[in-house]
Amino acid sequence: MAKTAAAPAVIIRARVDWLQGALLAALLALCFFLVLYPVARVLWVALADENNRLTLVHFQNFFLRPLFREALWNSLWSGFLVVAFGALIAVPLAYVFARYEFRGKILLQTLATLPLVVPPFVGAVAFQQILGRSGAVNLLLMQWFDFSIPFMEGMTGVVLVQTLHFFPLIMLNTGVSLANIDATLEEMARSLGCHGFRLFRRVTLPLMLPGFVAGSLLAFIRAIDDLGTPLMLNYKNLLAPQAYLRITTIGIDDVDGYVICVVLVVLSLASLFAARKYVGLAEYATVQVGRSARMPIHGKKLFFVLLASALALAVALLPHLGIFLLSLAKVWSYSMLPTRWTLDNYAEILFRVPHFIKNTLVYTGLAAGLDVVLGAAIAFLLARSRLWGVNLLDALATLPLAIPGVVLAVGYIRVFHGWDFPGLGAPLSSTWIILVIVYTMRRLPYTVRACHAALQQVHVSLEESAQNLGASRLRTFWRVTLPLIGGGLVAGGLLAFVTSCVELSSTIMLVPRVELGPISYGIYVYMQSPLGRGAGAALGVVAILLVAAGTYLTHRAFGARAGGAFRV
Amino acid sequence: MQAAELRLERIGKRYGDVWAARGVDLTIGRGEFFTLLGPSGCGKTTLLRIIAGFVAPDEGIVVLDGEPVNSVPPWQRDLGMVFQSYALWPHMTVFENVAFGLRERKVGRAETRSRVLDALQRVGLTGAEQRRPSELSGGQQQRVALARTLVIQPRALLLDEPLSNLDARLRAGMCLELLKLQRDLGITTIYVTHDQEEALALSTRIAVMDAGKVIQEGSPREIYERPRSRFVAGFVGDSNLFFGAVTRSGGGAVEILTDEGLTIRAAARPDTAPGEKIILYVRPEAVAPAALDGVSADLNRLPGRVTAAAYQGASVAYEIDVQGKSIRAHVAHPKILFERGDEVAVVFDPKDVGYLAEK
Repeated sequence: MAKTAAAPAVIIRARVDWLQGALLAALLALCFFLVLYPVARVLWVALADENNRLTLVHFQNFFLRPLFREALWNSLWSGFLVVAFGALIAVPLAYVFARYEFRGKILLQTLATLPLVVPPFVGAVAFQQILGRSGAVNLLLMQWFDFSIPFMEGMTGVVLVQTLHFFPLIMLNTGVSLANIDATLEEMARSLGCHGFRLFRRVTLPLMLPGFVAGSLLAFIRAIDDLGTPLMLNYKNLLAPQAYLRITTIGIDDVDGYVICVVLVVLSLASLFAARKYVGLAEYATVQVGRSARMPIHGKKLFFVLLASALALAVALLPHLGIFLLSLAKVWSYSMLPTRWTLDNYAEILFRVPHFIKNTLVYTGLAAGLDVVLGAAIAFLLARSRLWGVNLLDALATLPLAIPGVVLAVGYIRVFHGWDFPGLGAPLSSTWIILVIVYTMRRLPYTVRACHAALQQVHVSLEESAQNLGASRLRTFWRVTLPLIGGGLVAGGLLAFVTSCVELSSTIMLVPRVELGPISYGIYVYMQSPLGRGAGAALGVVAILLVAAGTYLTHRAFGARAGGAFRV
Repeated sequence: MQAAELRLERIGKRYGDVWAARGVDLTIGRGEFFTLLGPSGCGKTTLLRIIAGFVAPDEGIVVLDGEPVNSVPPWQRDLGMVFQSYALWPHMTVFENVAFGLRERKVGRAETRSRVLDALQRVGLTGAEQRRPSELSGGQQQRVALARTLVIQPRALLLDEPLSNLDARLRAGMCLELLKLQRDLGITTIYVTHDQEEALALSTRIAVMDAGKVIQEGSPREIYERPRSRFVAGFVGDSNLFFGAVTRSGGGAVEILTDEGLTIRAAARPDTAPGEKIILYVRPEAVAPAALDGVSADLNRLPGRVTAAAYQGASVAYEIDVQGKSIRAHVAHPKILFERGDEVAVVFDPKDVGYLAEK
């Protein structure tokens, strides 16, 4: 070919996509203002002295106070215990579900994830009724053997309740790792003469470790961040309740509260980072996903498997039963079961004080809707855009996972308190809008993740072939992308809805007035007095029903991948 | 159907430090079946995506029927692309998949229907309109993808390894069908593949690519019979290579001494002189093992020992050790079979020995 030297080499750079750029900038600004900035304000209070200079003196004071040292140690130790006991329940269940095929497995699997979606503080009350000092079990023990066991006293109670609530996190993550182990990997080991427990120790265990570690760290974070359970059980010497008490009783300018918040954030971030790092380093189990090993079991083996899993789940589901009984009880004290029954508790919450349920539906409905829109936009940018700043957006949108609810709430109070929001004539923190915002931002990672997962199933060529056949980018999104990720969007939205329904740790700090509170706040308020416990339990039943309906729909929309949302 | 002429001028595309394509100049005439052939990662798919408009080149221009189209988005280029994965939309039926492009072009209902049915008939899928892509076999999905693209009567057809996901038997059948379809329609076609057999069978012209550059361009016969480089000789068909120096030249023949000490005769080329270092190649199918005591003075005869013999029904593939150099031979319709360990003569005609341009 003749070289036409006269023709200058035309250089055309890839055009900058302004639409994408504008979207990215808007989302970055939003996440920055509603996630990073409030947390930074908290950080700054903890790190600055009166003259706004950087100082570590507050942290020094924190570690000098025996009360706080003890709270830190208690939090770490109880978190560890929750993981250790949780693993004892979770790992066998995960193994059984991943490796055996039997009738009723689906039912057991569903039951095993239920504890996760019911707020632990609701269960705490039920446990008091059943295992407390004058609960059913101890009454029996006293009657027959003349002694009682302090199940629910102090940290023991917190660990017990949290273990039974957070073990599904370990189970789900371990299960995913187990399911990803290609059957040939174990068959190869068998053909080389390795079997039984040796096979488990040398091949299966190392391959499932990433999921196990990830799940354990996740359970650890959730246990440490949990504010409702210790408050309900009146065990205050943990970090989260200490932060809450400092700020609500001493005032929003109390530095110690902020220092505790920062310690909580550091613990959460470190755990989350470690979990990600570990999973990232050790994802070899999922390199090739072929057939996974499942065998049917029968006879004696099946009987023992069923018995063991049913027993474990029976204990874990005890609170649900307890709450249900309590909601129907007129009198239930110093007795095995309620002595007089009533529907009055439901009349109270449905007719006399219906605003808790109404508020919950409005707030969480709005928050879930916003999450779907924001999540779809963010996930789309993450999956398809190569713009600079996409990684930053990813980090900012994922950050809420690592920020305890208490901390974000404190940050919002710090930012919005005393600042009349334009157009409202009042600070944002004195209206219900603040609750919608906090729910939206805290659950945003769920919808981002669900959409992102759905988008990754949609091969780019499906979109490109539409463009190739004449559909513009917007048309392509509308006709091809959206129908294909619809399931993921719905699932993410439902998950945001379900988890917001029972959110307490930031709600309790941000509710401006009692009549603006949602269900979780209502339960907390009712549970403060012995007379209100029935109504509180009735609200608890409503919450459980809402969550159960949402979870069921999520499974319908998302199928077996629903558990993926609880992964790291 | 309109057939476009396509020109690539100095196309370059860089990912980080790696040039996926660099300085590519190609002209593809109306109605041609033009193949980009190369190993994976050579930049052929990037080039196709640059033509389709999915990748913006860092350098150079794409000219379609005399118009530069660099700034024209993919949905306005009117080039029909068939993806390696077929990219059928799982949420639409076969009919809806094929009708997609017509609906985007605001074609009326009745005409859409008849054109979709025509297209499906052309690819032999009449009656499958209401089925979902997931209910179809790989070959059927392939046909739907083709129909979906042809129905909009594109200016050119872009095919990205369309046969690579089919099993061998189906591939051979689809290959012939594609050939007939393209010659019938006369549509300009650009075909990306790493399979040299497909490329040789289908193309009117081939560009062999390696590391983002076009190494050699020509008709299938030119590419196969006159490769200019070791890369092309090894990638398009198989080759036995000999590295050596010319010892005698003249009288219609050249004699060289290879690095292993073998003497090989080749048909003369005007520009060879004694002492010159050159590389020769001979195709395995031009080589045959023969009994040691045979005579044929004007052929190359090298004594050796069979190290492997693979009987393949229609042919036999041999590997023969000649003084430490391993030579491959491919014999069709064999009359005599040799076995591993047999002492044989490796025989090939000097006329079948080719020169590579590189030294």
